[in-house]
Amino acid sequence: MTLTALIGRRLLIGVFILLIVSVLVFAGTEILPGDVATAILGQSATPELVALIRERLGLDDPVYLRYLHWLGGLVTGNLGTSLVNGADLGGEVGVRLFNTFFLAILTASVAVPLSIVLGLLSALKPNGALDRTISTVTLALISLPDFLTAIILVTLFAVTWKFFPAIVNIRSDDGITDIMHALVLPVATLVFAVLAHMVRMTRTVVLNVLTSAPIEMALLKGIPRWRILIVHALPNALAPIVNVIALNLAYLIAGIVVIETLFNVLGLGRFTVESVQNRDIPAVQVCAMIFCAVYVLLNLLADVISIIANPRLRHPK
Amino acid sequence: MTMPETELRSPLRELLSELTPTVFICALILVGFILVVIFAPLIAPYGEGEILTNDSFALQGSEGKAQPGSTLLLGGDFLGRDILSRLVYGARVTLSVALAISLLAFLLGSTIGFLAATLRGTADAILSRIVDALISFPSIMIALIVVTSLGSTFTVLIITVALIDATRVFRVARALAMDIIVQDYIEAATVRGEGLGWIMWQEVLPNALGPLAAEFGIRFTYAILFISALSFLGLGVQPPHSDLGLMVKENIQALLYASAYDDLRYALICISPALCIATVTVSVNLIVDWYLKSTGASLPEEL
Repeated sequence: MTLTALIGRRLLIGVFILLIVSVLVFAGTEILPGDVATAILGQSATPELVALIRERLGLDDPVYLRYLHWLGGLVTGNLGTSLVNGADLGGEVGVRLFNTFFLAILTASVAVPLSIVLGLLSALKPNGALDRTISTVTLALISLPDFLTAIILVTLFAVTWKFFPAIVNIRSDDGITDIMHALVLPVATLVFAVLAHMVRMTRTVVLNVLTSAPIEMALLKGIPRWRILIVHALPNALAPIVNVIALNLAYLIAGIVVIETLFNVLGLGRFTVESVQNRDIPAVQVCAMIFCAVYVLLNLLADVISIIANPRLRHPK
Repeated sequence: MTMPETELRSPLRELLSELTPTVFICALILVGFILVVIFAPLIAPYGEGEILTNDSFALQGSEGKAQPGSTLLLGGDFLGRDILSRLVYGARVTLSVALAISLLAFLLGSTIGFLAATLRGTADAILSRIVDALISFPSIMIALIVVTSLGSTFTVLIITVALIDATRVFRVARALAMDIIVQDYIEAATVRGEGLGWIMWQEVLPNALGPLAAEFGIRFTYAILFISALSFLGLGVQPPHSDLGLMVKENIQALLYASAYDDLRYALICISPALCIATVTVSVNLIVDWYLKSTGASLPEEL
């Protein structure tokens, strides 16, 4: 099979998975025990009002029609309206998505280079003092809840030394430096959340490459170890490392939901939690779809990269 | 025929001979937490919801004004309840919910995983594809959707998180069983006419037990972190129950007190439940790490 055909197949599978995701998201939020119309109206639910709301929301249509209508809206950019304030979800979600995206990009731009350097240092001398230190510290970091890292950072840098604000409060006239300053603590927490996994996986990947025949040859020729690492091992390990990064950025989603809530960042994660608390079903559906789509896309990217990098995967047994 | 005495050392004794001080301390910590979980009502000085003072965030060691003669050893929470007692009950709820989740996930995941590996063919393909589909969701989103529609009762939380976790256990159990199923003793068992159940439980399970135990430890820490993250978001364990993640959420305002009065003792009120979680999860992970290294067992890669 040619490379393009193989990647095309992966993309098709990705679209198919997204369709399944949409069915499950829709079904998951539709099988409510209570009636949505009654839930919106609360105590002021008279039979006439309930009937009116049901008609306006199209709740009397058969399920598959409502699903198709909803999916059509999603694809054409019509995200529906919030049950809480009746506002169009498109505008709100757009702003929130931008903030979350900004946060994720900042995190990735710090975490990715840092984890590659630490992973390489670790692999330089396996079981050496540095490797064991990095291994123990990352193992401990993996075990920490995200909010503990956040609270400790806030206690140190916002409460004790007052370097950074504890709560992100960005006004529209703030300059880029103000925004960066406000985002230091959330980004630092998120970096800690993904760093440990990335460092450990980078180390494994680089060590795998280091035990291969060409590297042994280079060793026997007497090339210094750091040179082997940078010139010979890194290019070969680059593709699996990119794979590792894509997978870990997908893990970032759970962290983002917690960190946005804690630091009051008006991002999509916080919006999701608010919508769940308000039982704002259309909003939950849209948020879940966006997060799932990003997750599927990142996994897909990781797959495609490993197919390009590893010729053996192009000819599945 | 007698075997040389030295070769009769039990695997357990061999394992214990490699015990490091760190792992010993971790094990002690875990035993301590298990005792707390079992004997919570005996250990907690006050009740789970008992209000001892009318002030928010009483400092460590202060007297409970609403109940003369009472002392808030680790301080009071936002409602004036004793932090120490809430920690004890919170640890009980968090750890037992996490344990229930991991047990259920293992029961489901390893049964179906072994089944897929033993049956192979179409059954394996179908089960694996279903799990692939489920794994392509971020797990926090599944949990949020379920909680939106069904509410967050203990039953809903345990079953939902266990199902999410079971997909991961399935992959590990299947991968382990795949290596075992090609061994000669399985063929021998098949030839002498043993049934599916015998092969799964008498042949595959004992040989997969070591790595599965390590995976159980890892899954248990994930369950603790997941459930406390949900509770921290206000979508997991609901008040008035105490839960370590919920306690962090409830007392996050203590950080503002710490900032306003420049007194770090307030911050400790909010940090202590999170520290409890970290102590347990770090201990479990260090023990698992040591166990894997000293037995030479390894978990299947790329999961």
